[in-house]
Amino acid sequence: MKKVSVSFTLNGDPVIAEVPVTWSLLKTLREYFELTGAKEGCGVGECGACTVVVDGDAVNSCLYPVYEIEGKSVITIEGIANEDGTLHPIQTAFLENNGVQCGYCTSGMIMSAKALLDQNPNAAENDIRTGIAGNFCRCTGYVQIVEAIEMAAKMMK
Amino acid sequence: MSDHLFVGKSIPRTIEADKVTGKAVYIDDLKRPGMLYGKILYSKYAHAKIKSIDTSKAKKLPGVRAVLTGQDIPDVRVGFLKDQTVLKKDVVRQFRDEVAAVAAVTAEIAAEAVDLIEVEYEELPAVFDPFEAMKEDAPLVHEVDPRGRPVKNNILPLPWKFEAGDIEQGRKDSVYITMDNVSTTWVNQCCMGTSGCVAEFDNNNNLTLYNQTNVIFGHIGRITEYFSQIGLRGKKIRVVNAIVGGSFGTKLDTDIYEFISIQLALKTRKPVKILFDREEEFRALPPRQPAIFTIEQGCDKEGRLTFRKCEAILDNGAYTSWGATTPSVMIMPMSSLYRVPNVSYKATCVYTNNIYCQAMRGYGNPQATFAVETSMDTLAEKAGIDPAEFRMINRNRSGDETPMRLKITSCGFEECINSVKEKLKWDEKKGKQKGRGLGMASLIHVAGGARVTKSDGHGMMVKVDEYGHVDVIESGTDQGQGSPTVITQIVAEALGVRPEDVFLTFGDTALALWDAGTHASRHTFMAGNAAVRACAKAKEQILDMAVEYMPKIVKGGFKRKKRKDPNFVEPELDYGLISRPENLDIRDRMIFPKSEPDHPYFKIPVNEILRSGLHVGVGESKVVVAEAFYDPPTEMLDRELKGNLSKTYAFGTTGVEVEVDEQTGEIKILNLVAAHDVGKAMNPTLLLGQIYGAAYTGVGYGLTEEIKVQNGKVMNPGFRDYQMLTAMDVVPIEPVIVEPLDKDGPYGAKGVGEPGLVPTAPAIANAIYDAIGVRIRDLPITPEKILAALKEKG
Repeated sequence: MKKVSVSFTLNGDPVIAEVPVTWSLLKTLREYFELTGAKEGCGVGECGACTVVVDGDAVNSCLYPVYEIEGKSVITIEGIANEDGTLHPIQTAFLENNGVQCGYCTSGMIMSAKALLDQNPNAAENDIRTGIAGNFCRCTGYVQIVEAIEMAAKMMK
Repeated sequence: MSDHLFVGKSIPRTIEADKVTGKAVYIDDLKRPGMLYGKILYSKYAHAKIKSIDTSKAKKLPGVRAVLTGQDIPDVRVGFLKDQTVLKKDVVRQFRDEVAAVAAVTAEIAAEAVDLIEVEYEELPAVFDPFEAMKEDAPLVHEVDPRGRPVKNNILPLPWKFEAGDIEQGRKDSVYITMDNVSTTWVNQCCMGTSGCVAEFDNNNNLTLYNQTNVIFGHIGRITEYFSQIGLRGKKIRVVNAIVGGSFGTKLDTDIYEFISIQLALKTRKPVKILFDREEEFRALPPRQPAIFTIEQGCDKEGRLTFRKCEAILDNGAYTSWGATTPSVMIMPMSSLYRVPNVSYKATCVYTNNIYCQAMRGYGNPQATFAVETSMDTLAEKAGIDPAEFRMINRNRSGDETPMRLKITSCGFEECINSVKEKLKWDEKKGKQKGRGLGMASLIHVAGGARVTKSDGHGMMVKVDEYGHVDVIESGTDQGQGSPTVITQIVAEALGVRPEDVFLTFGDTALALWDAGTHASRHTFMAGNAAVRACAKAKEQILDMAVEYMPKIVKGGFKRKKRKDPNFVEPELDYGLISRPENLDIRDRMIFPKSEPDHPYFKIPVNEILRSGLHVGVGESKVVVAEAFYDPPTEMLDRELKGNLSKTYAFGTTGVEVEVDEQTGEIKILNLVAAHDVGKAMNPTLLLGQIYGAAYTGVGYGLTEEIKVQNGKVMNPGFRDYQMLTAMDVVPIEPVIVEPLDKDGPYGAKGVGEPGLVPTAPAIANAIYDAIGVRIRDLPITPEKILAALKEKG
């Protein structure tokens, strides 16, 4: 199979991946880099479980062709805690406020929240709901996720 | 009791930090050395003869390790009624029938190989409507029963029939009677993590099944039976759970894909993973059981229910999983939601060439409660009684024994109804708003286990090491409900340590003691009771040790002080205070005499005792380990389908205020009050999560969700067309926690996992009726149905 070589920044580190040209960013993250936090909930960009942040924007990595990532900066759920292991405020808020239940949607949910709060630190409930509109969750009814992101926004100020 | 340190507190889910850092290993993420990927070929027809299968092209594809058809594996029947085989050899009876399977070195190659398999079919007449299927001349879905005897019709040999009291007498006692036809449809559980497993055999043909089931020991039973018929009798089966990406009933049965992965692993001698894609999850996963009800109820002049008679038809699909057993759960609300003296309930399950069903949160309760609560409203109206008052008149009370012989112990029903009334301003608003309306519905559910198998037990093992670390071998499943935190709270409280000292291991049949499964809202109640008992035993062992070593530690301390300070005078102490284990207690990592908890010398860290007492020398070293098996004194249903199958029951009432746009048919929920009798809120924040999540799924059930099945085929197999609610569908939910401490629950708690979903849809339907005067009796209540009903009303 034809391969493509891409150089990009992954969680702050410069990386090069040589993977089949048909691979998505999600598959590259999961299989080449063994970063399995992002999940394939549907594979067609409908559920958001695969969300990562590319150049500051939340994207569905399952739909993102890997060759498009050349030169860009990718942040995944594995890259947002501090180096000493202390959690990012959004991660802490999700644990504090029960924003996580089964946890399958959580990586994507947190990455959408991160892109949102980085771009709009004053996000109100409606902004938050819009920000995670593409991230499906079956467990929580979204209530405590929205509250967690509101809590995180306060913590990040 | 307010002096608990951890129980009843909103302790964060810190223990589950792996879920917010991407470290948690779900079945998707699990890789075994040399692992292959399996893929299933499904039928192209709803009902057809398989004339031939050509796998030659698939087998030649590089990277393919095995291609199996029904010809290649033993023709063994599986499933609840043993009405299907793992791979279908001669006839397919639904679109999701598994016809062949491939194992390959990558998932892509496996998918490519599946496409290369050529199957020639001869289409057979099919039947998709359960009423059509019951007619004499209907095509037979199965020509013979599992024993090979010819069958006469499509009706399942599962006659669900419940009778209590005297319906005719009930009719005579009635002043008002109403009859309603209501129906519910297929709904997908929509776990965000799709179905999947990894099957792996060792060289001696012992199986490890990496899985995500909520009934680890149920799998052992079913696979043991399968093994006995495929030449693997006596082999060891170990089920090990990955982190579970949602369950909601989907992981209750052993599904066909699991048997297929076992067969592929057996054939290839490699671990084989099968992981559904989302389309498969919609097409090939058994969803919630649909049901069609005719329900009749009567009441006397005072509004007291006189009888309830209901007949249900269930479209079983082509095979039988747990869907066909949902009537056993429906009997609970049918017979026991509200006081009703005379009850008749009959359910008929009918084979069709549609998809077959299994469990989903609430089992058959949401379906049956939709019927009962629709009828409660129509009857209240006929009797001229306010629907809330009507429910209050007929509510269950503590001390009742229902016609099903359920023994109602703690019961917060009255408070639930009153809370909903108050929060919604019921008396002020009900029936007085144009385009806006109020409605309510209630529920009863098992909340203290559910004896659906002979043992409804839950085993737990607790061991404590010399550092004061507590390992808990949990036999249940964490499917997201928060048990890692809640059970940790209980263990910390009961043993006297802190939550950060407690480490839980879930879901490994080789380690865990028996458990009937994390289903039926039973886990907190059962595991909590087991934890309290196991911790009491472990605590006894530690206290025995304390009696022996506390004096030595205290006196040793004095000796050291004396060495340092020759003037130190050893105080005169009453060592009798610490001479008997029953006089000691442990709390917050400290051991102390009960009579003097802050004794200046006799309050000692528990791990100091453990360090002194565990590793001592020949003949004196010990371990602290305790197990408990909690199996409550409940009953299995008898032949009449009666019996007190749970130690306690949960009640709740949901009230809804809606706004309906009569031009577009759109429904907006302005407020949803969910009042739940939970016994005791073990962790209020986590409890709210259960209520919010269940209520939300209930709103989807009521308004948007439906698997559209046309001539047996799922027409909307993806999130785009299946309309699960998103964060943009704002539903203001106001939970009310009612806490009538349950005498049998751990610290008073009852189960609450499923209840939030159960009354949501009928509460919405009743509110819509109040708003615009039309009653929608089939779910989901879409704008199209509203407009059609308004048009009919004129």
